[in-house]
Amino acid sequence: MSWLRGAFAILAKDVRSEVRTRAALNAILLFAVVTLAMVSFAIGGFGLASEVHASLLWIIMFFASMAGLSRTFVVEEERGTVMALRLTAAGGQVYLGKFLFNLALLAILSLILLPLFQILLPIPRANWSLLLGGLVLGCLALAAATTLVAAIVSQAGVKGALFTVLSFPILIPVLVAGVGTTQKAMAVQPVSSASTEIQLLVSYTGVMITAAFFLFDFVWRD
Amino acid sequence: MSRSGMLKGLTAVLMTAGIVLAFTYAPTATRPNFSTGAMDPWPEFRIFFFHVPSAWVATLAFLVAMVASIRFLMARDRRHDDVALASSELGFLFCALALVSGMIWARHEWGAFWNWDPRQNSVLILLLIYAGYFALRSAVPEPGRRARLAAVYSIVAFLTVPFLVFIVPRIMESLHPSPIIKSGREGGVMDPKMRQVFFLLMAAFTGLYIWMLSIRTRMERAIRGVGSI
Repeated sequence: MSWLRGAFAILAKDVRSEVRTRAALNAILLFAVVTLAMVSFAIGGFGLASEVHASLLWIIMFFASMAGLSRTFVVEEERGTVMALRLTAAGGQVYLGKFLFNLALLAILSLILLPLFQILLPIPRANWSLLLGGLVLGCLALAAATTLVAAIVSQAGVKGALFTVLSFPILIPVLVAGVGTTQKAMAVQPVSSASTEIQLLVSYTGVMITAAFFLFDFVWRD
Repeated sequence: MSRSGMLKGLTAVLMTAGIVLAFTYAPTATRPNFSTGAMDPWPEFRIFFFHVPSAWVATLAFLVAMVASIRFLMARDRRHDDVALASSELGFLFCALALVSGMIWARHEWGAFWNWDPRQNSVLILLLIYAGYFALRSAVPEPGRRARLAAVYSIVAFLTVPFLVFIVPRIMESLHPSPIIKSGREGGVMDPKMRQVFFLLMAAFTGLYIWMLSIRTRMERAIRGVGSI
């Protein structure tokens, strides 16, 4: 229990420092809004096929998350607090805390992006439970993989570009499955039609979290 | 003769024999022509003798890189990191060969070099993953840390391969032939002579990989030795 409490303490610390600066949240949200505006100006006037529509939603999600999800580790390096964190918490706790923090960022992103998306690029009809369920599972998978990559990148030289370069290739299964669920939801198909995609997202998240718990200490400790 | 000398000689013989036999000994493949009912010759099929061994060696190389990465993290012996780097580079090379030979085949069979087939996508993504691995290595100046971070990324990256290779093709339709060595619909294509040449070339490519791996690993070790003086 005290182990979990440590992880939640790291989450609470990150949330508190995020509330003070709002650096990561601002970056992610503004990036998402600007991209959405660009996309809707470019193609909003045309009727969109559900495949294109679903892809746009996920591409905005992916790029917006690239803008901010590495902050949580990079900030520790920049402020020089990384040593203190190494001393006070175990690797697994740090991973879990940061994972939950990134998940919270993605939840806020989705909560704001989806209504705006609905205004600027309206989805005419959809199986909403499948669409939202796919989005939740996609966010879990996204957070699980990017948190580990962010820890790697925070110790490397060119952080910003490298984060995208390292994250996108390993996230492509998530992109394919995420677009698949959303596209089926927009075509108003039942949840069972997307069972392969859902299985992929769930197992991907499981594999990534398990691997992260085994590997995180190697990244975290010198 | 030393062991590496024997390997070198054996690889040279197998590779030469394989290339010659693939164009002479192996009969031209045929396939049913559905409009006439006769069997049409299918000469393009010969690229299979080089495409599949390349893909196999790429998979093997990435697997070796992952195992070497795990061993590095456990033992913290930089020699394992040398193997991981060397094997990733060779995997990248053979992956590119498989991609290009596959594209030539695709141009002939499916009409375009690139068809967004899940197999083509997954090979391209593999190339991107390992390009990221090299980018990561070049972005970390301190050697110990470089080896550690690269090893973790290599393991994580390899874990996504099953998703790309086995699950994504179930979501997106694939035109790629199923493994032809197995029996089944396309099983009739594989004549025993073709099978012999195919396994000969599989052995030759594997030997070539082991030989190149040993050269590249020794090179990396020498570079590290010079750097530490």
